[in-house]
Amino acid sequence: MINMKKRTAIKPSQSILIRVTAVILAFITSSLFIALMGHNPLSVYSSMFDGAFGTHYRIIETLKVAIPIILASIGIMIAFKMKFWNIGGEGQILMGAFMATFFALQFDHLPKPLLLFFMFIGGFVGGGLWALIPAYFKEKYDTNETIITLMLNYIALKWITYLQYGPWKDPAAKGFPKIANFSDQAILPKLFDLHIGWIITLAIVIIISAMMKYSKWGYYITVIGESRDTARYSGINIKKTVISAVFISGGICGLVGFIQASAVEQTLSVGLSAGYGFTAIITTWLSALIPMIIIPASILFAALVKGGSFIQTAFQIPNSAAEVLQSMILFFVIGSEFFAKYTLAWHKKERSIK
Amino acid sequence: MSNQVFVKMENICKSFGTVRANHNVNFQVNQGEIHALLGENGAGKSTLMNMLSGFYKPDSGSIFIGDQPIVLHSPKDAIKYGVGMIHQHYKLVEVMSAKENITLGQKGSFLINPKKITQEIKAVAEKYGLPIDPDKKIYDMSIGEKQSVEILKVLYAGANILIMDEPTAVLTPQETEKLFVIMRKMAEMGCAIIIITHKLHEVMAVSDRVTILRKGETVTTVDTKSSSPKELTDLMVGAQVDLSIDRPQVKRGLESLKVNKLNAYDENKVHVLDDISFSMYSGEILGVAGVAGSGQKELCEAIAGLYPITSGEVIYDNENLVGHSPAEIIKKGITMSFIPEDRLGMGLVASMDMIDNYLIKDHHNQKGLFLKRKPIENLCNEMIHKLDIKTPSVFHPVKQLSGGNIQKVLIGREIETNPHILITAYAVRGLDINASHTIYDLVNEQKKKGVAVLFIGEDLDVLLELCDRIMVVCDGKVMGIVDAAQTSKEALGFMMAGQKMEVLHD
Repeated sequence: MINMKKRTAIKPSQSILIRVTAVILAFITSSLFIALMGHNPLSVYSSMFDGAFGTHYRIIETLKVAIPIILASIGIMIAFKMKFWNIGGEGQILMGAFMATFFALQFDHLPKPLLLFFMFIGGFVGGGLWALIPAYFKEKYDTNETIITLMLNYIALKWITYLQYGPWKDPAAKGFPKIANFSDQAILPKLFDLHIGWIITLAIVIIISAMMKYSKWGYYITVIGESRDTARYSGINIKKTVISAVFISGGICGLVGFIQASAVEQTLSVGLSAGYGFTAIITTWLSALIPMIIIPASILFAALVKGGSFIQTAFQIPNSAAEVLQSMILFFVIGSEFFAKYTLAWHKKERSIK
Repeated sequence: MSNQVFVKMENICKSFGTVRANHNVNFQVNQGEIHALLGENGAGKSTLMNMLSGFYKPDSGSIFIGDQPIVLHSPKDAIKYGVGMIHQHYKLVEVMSAKENITLGQKGSFLINPKKITQEIKAVAEKYGLPIDPDKKIYDMSIGEKQSVEILKVLYAGANILIMDEPTAVLTPQETEKLFVIMRKMAEMGCAIIIITHKLHEVMAVSDRVTILRKGETVTTVDTKSSSPKELTDLMVGAQVDLSIDRPQVKRGLESLKVNKLNAYDENKVHVLDDISFSMYSGEILGVAGVAGSGQKELCEAIAGLYPITSGEVIYDNENLVGHSPAEIIKKGITMSFIPEDRLGMGLVASMDMIDNYLIKDHHNQKGLFLKRKPIENLCNEMIHKLDIKTPSVFHPVKQLSGGNIQKVLIGREIETNPHILITAYAVRGLDINASHTIYDLVNEQKKKGVAVLFIGEDLDVLLELCDRIMVVCDGKVMGIVDAAQTSKEALGFMMAGQKMEVLHD
């Protein structure tokens, strides 16, 4: 029979090995699903890879998807590190986009760098303030942040829908419910064929990793996440740390909104967040809250998105097949947590009865 | 007492991960005997008994009840064979009555006859001399009464092998005496009683035989009558041990902290600190005795600025500390090394290494945005050397260290800040005798340096030997402050149970 044994300790290398194994097992399990649909899993996977990385253009397209996932994951990671379960990335992205769009539409007479700077700040503050609502209620009334962040997603979504159909509807769109396109002033420039959102993202990943590792602030976040009692005992100002960390967490998600609105959509629309706020929860967890691992994990998921739409045309497989694969990966990774805590030992039957 | 073997455990092995909790343990209990299971913390007593009561399964080995070999899959199985365990922490539903708690989880018909059950319970209670009112709610009961309910619960379920895990930990000496009477009565009625303990005088007082475990292995089983506390200790520790604790004579200095009429309430509006007043002097260890949960934790936290105070003052250096933040109080040189029940709870972060744990106190002294870890690394290495802490390196998560070493890290850190006032609560909880003595030495060293120490303890023998004065608390009130050299355990016991004594002011 099988016995469960608690692990005493786990090395980071083992922890990564367990996760990589989980991802591989997810691919294997999904291949059964693909085989059931009557396709050869290997050729489907290889054309997914081809669809994501096959040409220079495809690589750029994949990275365009990876950027918002990386950035949102970094934001979410900060909150998760504190055991503040921010699943409101989606709403924070939309509110960041809303604030950035406000500047883009109202101040398009400003010089480009200044306008983009205002949009950047607007995006950050928009997402940050949206995240502060659940943080305030949690600290003040001990409410459940999971529920509130989730619900605020829908409020943000409906708010943007309202703007799109109501006050911000573009009169020039002939009755079509869309918000006016941004002027050139409000669009992020490109570097190496990719909008400079990638530079912003890379900079934030580096800054946040350094802050988490070497700063007092990052240290406080870790202590609070491990034990609030210890944090209190050591004289850490818990409220200040939580509020500032959640503001920055939401703010970084808000920046995703700014980048997507400015560089990708070039306007504001309800579809702008494209579920990145939710995908980022998966990638954050997948990367074990380590900033540097967020990058490969997010690129993997971006490749799944792009590869998924590619096989749709190549094999006539619905895009949902790729989504099944994504869910499968999450399922296996969460399941693999068990193996991070326990090992299994095979046992002979007990010799109790003589 | 008959010599019929009732329970037999043979060559029991059990490991948790790499920790070998039990290795080839042999253990036998006769019918009608009180059998003490003695060993230091971590010797494997609880593990062994958890296997007998069906909570754990042995990796190998056999268990016999009577002559019948048995395999236990759950505590329910165990009770079928008549094995019942009374845990150290009571598992009772507070809002229910004794009767409801006793019948909880019992098999029975869909419709119950409350009167009949009351009668049955009363009959069992009378048989064993357990004083109990079946309709009294648990929250109205004293600790002693709650324990009676726990015992009755397993007896009513049909147990005749009772395992008691440190049953006296929360009792006053008087309540303990009553419990012993009940235990002897149960033994007379033909039950087998196993008592897990590490208190020697209790073993001597109540048991017929003693089995000693050390590091997961059986050392031997001896007759209590033909043994002595000294012999038992040597067997338990595995070496000749000096049991006495040093109390260096230090001239008492000036008053360094004065607590004046401190009052506090918890969330349920219970008066947890009730007009507490006392003074601490430099170069003196003030012990705090009391049944667990008498306000010790709240007192510690109140002084450290972690507990909301309704009224009263904590005067330090002519200044009232009440209302200051914990950070400000730490900066004034008051340090609290509070060690809660789960040991790692408040003072340390289990998954962090020594350096990051050191920073829990030191981060206040660091200026700027970033933390400097290099100087801390050197300090930690010095501490490892000075206190003989056993760890592979300063980068090792503290949770992987043994209990004694964790405690040394905690107390070492507090001492490193050169405190004026040191508050320790349960500093030796869960430590073996050698590790405990290291901690006593550390505390004494601070006393000699002129630090005022507040030592909250559990073991009265230790308090009597180590402290200069002892303050006894009960229900959040100070029952008395006595000179440790001139008081007795009985006197402390009376005060712990709520009798007021003269307050010793100087």
